[in-house]
Amino acid sequence: MKTAEQIALDVRSGASTAQRELDASLAAIHARNDELNVFLYVDEDGARAAAKDVDDKVARGESVGPLAGVPVAIKDNMCQVGVPTTCSSRILEGWRPPYSATVITRLLAAGAVPVGKTNLDEFAMGSSTENSAFGPTRNPLDPSRVPGGSSGGSAAAVAADMTPIALGSDTGGSIRQPAALCGLIGVKPSYGLVSRYGLIAFASSLDQIGPFSKTVTDAAILLEAIAGHDPMDSTSLPEPAPMLSAHVNDGVVGKRIALVRELIDGADPDVVASVTRAVEVLKDAGATILELSIPELQLGLSAYYLIAPAEASSNLARYDGVRFGLRVDGEDVEAMNTATRTAGFGAEVKRRIMLGTYALSAGYFDAYYGQALKVRTQMIDAFKRAYAQADLLIGATAPSVAFPFGSKTSNPMAMYLSDVFTIPTNLAGEAAISVPFGAGEAGLPTGVQLLGPGRSEAQLFAAARVLEREERGS
Amino acid sequence: MTLPGSWEMVVGLEVHTELKTATKMFCGCANHFGAEPNTNVCPVCLGLPGSLPVLNERAVELAMAIGIALHSTIAPSTFHRKNYFYPDMPKDFQISQYDLPINSGGYLDLPDGSRVSIERAHLEEDTGKSTHLGGSGRIHGADRSLVDYNRSGVPLVEIVSGPDIRSSAQARAYAAELRGILIATGASDGRMEEGSMRIDANVSVRKSGEPFGTRCEIKNLNSLRSLHRAIDYEALRQVELIESGGVVRQETRHWDENLGVTSTMRTKEEAEDYRYFREPDLVDLAPEQAWQDRIRLALPPMPAERRAALKERLIAPTPAQLDAVEVVIDLNLEQFVNAAIDADIDPVLALARAANELAGGLEGIGNLTPEAFCATLRLEQSGQLSATQAKTVLGELLAHGGEPGAIAAAKGFEQLSSDSLGSTVESLIAQNPDEWARYREGDEKLAQFFIGQVMKLTKGKANGKAVVAELQSRR
Repeated sequence: MKTAEQIALDVRSGASTAQRELDASLAAIHARNDELNVFLYVDEDGARAAAKDVDDKVARGESVGPLAGVPVAIKDNMCQVGVPTTCSSRILEGWRPPYSATVITRLLAAGAVPVGKTNLDEFAMGSSTENSAFGPTRNPLDPSRVPGGSSGGSAAAVAADMTPIALGSDTGGSIRQPAALCGLIGVKPSYGLVSRYGLIAFASSLDQIGPFSKTVTDAAILLEAIAGHDPMDSTSLPEPAPMLSAHVNDGVVGKRIALVRELIDGADPDVVASVTRAVEVLKDAGATILELSIPELQLGLSAYYLIAPAEASSNLARYDGVRFGLRVDGEDVEAMNTATRTAGFGAEVKRRIMLGTYALSAGYFDAYYGQALKVRTQMIDAFKRAYAQADLLIGATAPSVAFPFGSKTSNPMAMYLSDVFTIPTNLAGEAAISVPFGAGEAGLPTGVQLLGPGRSEAQLFAAARVLEREERGS
Repeated sequence: MTLPGSWEMVVGLEVHTELKTATKMFCGCANHFGAEPNTNVCPVCLGLPGSLPVLNERAVELAMAIGIALHSTIAPSTFHRKNYFYPDMPKDFQISQYDLPINSGGYLDLPDGSRVSIERAHLEEDTGKSTHLGGSGRIHGADRSLVDYNRSGVPLVEIVSGPDIRSSAQARAYAAELRGILIATGASDGRMEEGSMRIDANVSVRKSGEPFGTRCEIKNLNSLRSLHRAIDYEALRQVELIESGGVVRQETRHWDENLGVTSTMRTKEEAEDYRYFREPDLVDLAPEQAWQDRIRLALPPMPAERRAALKERLIAPTPAQLDAVEVVIDLNLEQFVNAAIDADIDPVLALARAANELAGGLEGIGNLTPEAFCATLRLEQSGQLSATQAKTVLGELLAHGGEPGAIAAAKGFEQLSSDSLGSTVESLIAQNPDEWARYREGDEKLAQFFIGQVMKLTKGKANGKAVVAELQSRR
């Protein structure tokens, strides 16, 4: 499939049309969606209208955006006016938001064509997309395996060439880990770089929307289109979107890149081998390589599984059957609330709501949530010290390649460990990118993770591009 | 009311005031009382999935104005989530300030000279409004419940006093003075009947000098009168309970206005665990000094200062006049009184007309200029209008505006000439020789009799003072 960059070029030049590109995308979706369960909803009418709008503008000689005519898949936890938005949960089944997320508005302004909503772990809680109330998504590279999660649908959409780019959300690795498992670029932007307005919250202080793509440049173009200050999000960074695509070929000459022991410890040997080779490639490209140990990173998983569920327990309280989504009647209002939530939420969501409620409870707050906040502060400080020595950090994205269905569902801890390398970036509010690099078991792709401080996206893309050029030869 | 024996009540008040902002606290919806239900709503104040709050700058300014007026310290503050399920709270949590409020400390001086400390005055959002139909009229046992989310997300400031109040009268005075301050700062319209100012009272009792007793929190106090009654009822209930060997349980109690009693809403054991934690969707609030200073400088004089200024213009005011001062300050009418006094009108007359006639016609106050008010009072003072006529002219001015002289003329309020008044008085003396004799012997009460008779004959056109003068000249 063509890259987003190429599609936009062709649509702007008249070599192709948005409607033709959309047809190709819809054909790919129809060919494999039944098998892979990627899209929960294909917004064919809306997409056709958006594509026609782009073509009309081109015909009138009006300027069209940097994503002109590019089909985009949207993780189904972002609101799009009139389009069913479920978070892969029964509790929101049938709900159509009366408003659009800022990212949707910006995509449309950039000329992109949102084609539909992709599957995810319910409320983005999971690492395999097996927690969806509407069935798991299969990995297009090996349908017997998971695509990762929670943004498994968006990853699969790009991996299956249904769309060249997709939006996911990353709370503890939910973009980077599926990107690694599906052989894609996946970016977790700095906290506040992309507006969260219209992103249905899992853990507000950790959630961030970001791109999936097959090329570094496509990820950069997509991120440029959706980033920048939004007055509707108080935590949005104050500045406009950074220049990213113009800097992807800046290289790594003179950059200090640190291999972090805790970001490969416990990973499969194939994965470690890919990281080691990536380090060599970066060194050959002119980077200064050093090795670091950041012991605080090992505390990330524990802190995350208190902070994220605590916030989720509050964020998900509103699904009470009163105003929208599912309602299961009861004798009084509490009975209705309870019946609705019992029927509407899946097991993992319930587990995390209980965990989070407990962590915030009187008498336990200090020992759990309060302690986790302290760890979070320590982690931020530890990263700060590391970034005094290095410009970027490198490690693995996920401990393994894509794993078979059911292999971790019976053991939540094993599943949680899938995110052990990605979680620290979310806790610190920093940026990271997963780059497909090398292969492991069964020839499946392995992901290398590059990490940087807040607002380091341009440097991360430049380093990722060095690895990409090595892998793709272009 | 005084408690029996050496019992003393200890009261602290929590006053919630809605802020008079154009829009709600975290979204752009109109903050407007009385609109059609569920018309001032959007994804944010409906708590729709994915929506995010953005703090209203004007709400912060009004909160700071309240803090400044209460001598509080404005400090960097944060927002928390107070988590509990209730159908009129769309997110099932309330955004409120918790350990770091925008205003801490401070005090409020009452007209009687007492001082009540202020613990904090913090920002939070209001909930929607539930109406329970059928059954008990409360949420449990109602046939149906309706929710209006127009109020959801309206900005509130909660002002928490120290446990310094020792009587229901003092509680009432505190609430009234605070209400005056809220109105003066422009933060609130202080309309208790519309729920824009709501009060909870923490009440305990103790023997003088002993440590505080266990307190009960009383909810649903919708007027100064119910505040007064509920505190008295509750303090007495606690004293009687203790004296009969019982123990006061810490609990939240509901005031029933019709029955005049408080009853248990929930005990301490049933109290919710609100699981407060920092609101991750909002950033810290730390108003810089220059912003605080702008608010401070723009603040008009507070009621205490205005009250003192007005009192200074009265010579040895009577209790009735002091009451009139309260009314005039409360209703923001002192510009009329001051203009009249400046125009050499008797302060007592100006105060009386403002506290009675103007206070009674507030809805038309925009039609009345201080000049017209002064002109009317000047006509009354010079005897060209009787008191009754002057009141009628003021009523007309409040209703439609206009020029006092023209209104008087149009109403036919031409004063009787002194010749015609003199002959009327002469004939009345002739017709009532007994009364006249008693008056001449010094019974001053009879003056009223003759004034009444003159008024009857002249259809109110005569001036009472002129009648007395006529009588005196014939005595």
